Amino acid sequence: MKTNDVILQFTAKLVFFIIFLFSVHIFMAGHYTPGGGFVGGLLAASAIVLLILAFDLKTVQAGFPINYRIMTAIGLVLALGTAAFPMFDGKPFFTHYFDYFDLPFFGKTSLHTAMLFDAGVFLVVVGVTMTIIQSIGEDE
Amino acid sequence: MEIVMAFVIGFLFMAATYLMLSRSLLRIIIGTGLLSHGAHLLILTMGGLGGEAPPVLADGVEASQFADPLPQALILTAIVISFGVTAFILVLAYRAYQSLETDNTTLMKGSDDDAQ
Amino acid sequence: MHNNLLLLPIIIPFFTAMVLLFARKNVMYQRTVTMIGLIAAIVSAFYMLNIVYVDGPQTVTFGSWPAPFGITMISDMMSILLVVTTLVLTFFIVWYSFSAIGIEREKFYYYPGIMFILTGINGAFTTGDIFNLFVFFEVFLMSSYLLIVLGGEKQQLQGSIYYLVINIISSALFVITVAFLYSVVGTLSMADIALKVAALEQPAILTVIAVLFLVVFGLKAAIFPLFFWLPKAYKSAPAPILALFGALLTKVGVYAIIRTYTLIFVHDQSFTHEMLMILSILTIIFGCIGALAYFDVTLIIIYNIVIAVGVILFGVSQMNSAGLEGAMYYLVHDMLIKAALFMLGGILIAITGTANLRKMGGLMKRYPLFGWTFLIAAFSLAGIPPLSGFIGKLLIVESGFEANNPWMSIVILLSSLVVLLSVIRIFIYAFWGEEQQTTTSISQATYTQQFTPVLLLVAVTVAYGVGAELVAPYMSAAGEALLNPSIYIDAVMGGE
Repeated sequence: MKTNDVILQFTAKLVFFIIFLFSVHIFMAGHYTPGGGFVGGLLAASAIVLLILAFDLKTVQAGFPINYRIMTAIGLVLALGTAAFPMFDGKPFFTHYFDYFDLPFFGKTSLHTAMLFDAGVFLVVVGVTMTIIQSIGEDE
Repeated sequence: MEIVMAFVIGFLFMAATYLMLSRSLLRIIIGTGLLSHGAHLLILTMGGLGGEAPPVLADGVEASQFADPLPQALILTAIVISFGVTAFILVLAYRAYQSLETDNTTLMKGSDDDAQ
Repeated sequence: MHNNLLLLPIIIPFFTAMVLLFARKNVMYQRTVTMIGLIAAIVSAFYMLNIVYVDGPQTVTFGSWPAPFGITMISDMMSILLVVTTLVLTFFIVWYSFSAIGIEREKFYYYPGIMFILTGINGAFTTGDIFNLFVFFEVFLMSSYLLIVLGGEKQQLQGSIYYLVINIISSALFVITVAFLYSVVGTLSMADIALKVAALEQPAILTVIAVLFLVVFGLKAAIFPLFFWLPKAYKSAPAPILALFGALLTKVGVYAIIRTYTLIFVHDQSFTHEMLMILSILTIIFGCIGALAYFDVTLIIIYNIVIAVGVILFGVSQMNSAGLEGAMYYLVHDMLIKAALFMLGGILIAITGTANLRKMGGLMKRYPLFGWTFLIAAFSLAGIPPLSGFIGKLLIVESGFEANNPWMSIVILLSSLVVLLSVIRIFIYAFWGEEQQTTTSISQATYTQQFTPVLLLVAVTVAYGVGAELVAPYMSAAGEALLNPSIYIDAVMGGE
């Protein structure tokens, strides 16, 4: 199904970046305030879906040549790895590490291993959502 | 507030039951979606409404003002799960529609008998 | 004391599944990695079994939170025994599926699906948090959805849609029930719930919640009157998947009933456990009717699941040491023997090309070893001494007499005869009589490949029955821990 809606296509190209940046913002906000990997991942996936609606599956796939199934697997490995790491340290599963660091440019920043876990969740959510949408959309 | 929530939840369950009793697969799926929404609202209500501040440490907020964070965490988990399941069953329904050329569950059973 | 190692039987299958996702088209890679993962998980589970036996229940609370606030995983005797059984029988099922499931399914996430199902089931057996139990239920349900639709044949689609809708409704009910429980006790850790329940002054609402939980888990465990979905959903699945589901999925429901009804809802036993007893007897009776009514190999064995669930739950409802120990014996026995029987049935269908008993016959001439193995499995299922079903059933029947329910025990004894009749009927129809012309035989090599793991699994069940002396201390430890919830509670709350 090839659509040729100029207004939608032009807007989608712009709005894609806005949604994607907002999803990154939400992901980062999950540090101490509401937000996080799941919502962020859903937003990122919806940004891609918007592109698919405006163009079509093949064009978008050529633009982002990502294998979403592999992306899901990487996300799972990242999440499980973060959760399982404390086991080698003799601490209970899922124990997180956090501290404040003085980074150049950012200044005093708090870093938390929960963010790695959330990044895994982000990847899994985008991967799974896109896999589902692809598997429905492919037949048309 | 609780009484309003009870009505909302009851209405959702009612609509879900009505939809799930129909023959169209799509209606059944929407029904299961409504059912899980009702269940999520029920968790929220059962955990106790009230608490003005989000359960995040901030200046000038007493511990007694926090909303209970646990039901929220439970709902988030339940939403994720029902999201996944709904997506899965939608794909399945679509495939069933393609290969059986109907979304009427009664007609689907028709070819069930020739397996025996 | 916390011990991270109890998580290994959950994490290893999970990790294996992820590794499998990276190259799904390479069948040799899939098979090898699956086997390595399973063997590693089995070794870790046996290691944990030994630790639990020597040192008592092991716990770990996630994220270093103190006990009732964090999610606790606890491995007591019952959990670890079920985890070991699950992994061992999955090993044989996976081995069997190499030649039975077909290359198409192997390429389409069959092995990752099995690994995720193991993650969910072992997690459900191990978790000490009621909401986490729901999450692990969903993990294995999601993977079971994947496995049951795999292949996408027409009859399969209807069965799987049915299965999905039933399970979605029961999951929603699970969430609702947890919400009610949370509003009454204000905690989700099962050990903490048990403490709060004991201190609570309004047992009536708890009885309602207990019944709701029985409905939720009963749907999974297929007790009367909630077993209606089972034959329909399972009938169309291919043999290895059927073996996996038949052996494991209903048993998770049974486990959840046992756990909640021995740990949490012990305040009003004259009502809740009486009801459980009546339902279990009705389950047995209706299962017997189903098992005798059909001439379809798969359906007969499926209805035998229902009977076994009834027998186990009857033992639990008696709440004495003989009943609980017998339930544990019978639970492990039933998981092993059901897996073996479904695989034997699968081979039978593969050899004859039909599931209808009337169209079979005379297989004894060409497959004598297969015939005798089937007979042993059938005797074992019916509980003929010294095979594995005997001791469990004996203890359960004894518990009924002890608790002054002699008639119920007699029903169970009679049900053994029906079970024997139903499976011997398969034996007589399929192996005796004239050899049928319609026999569409599979090649000898495939037959040997499929039969070897099943033969070994039947040998394991025979060893489990004959070597009952060896497993007895483990079983009585499990039964004792179920009878004294304080062991469980102390392990969770006392740790750290």
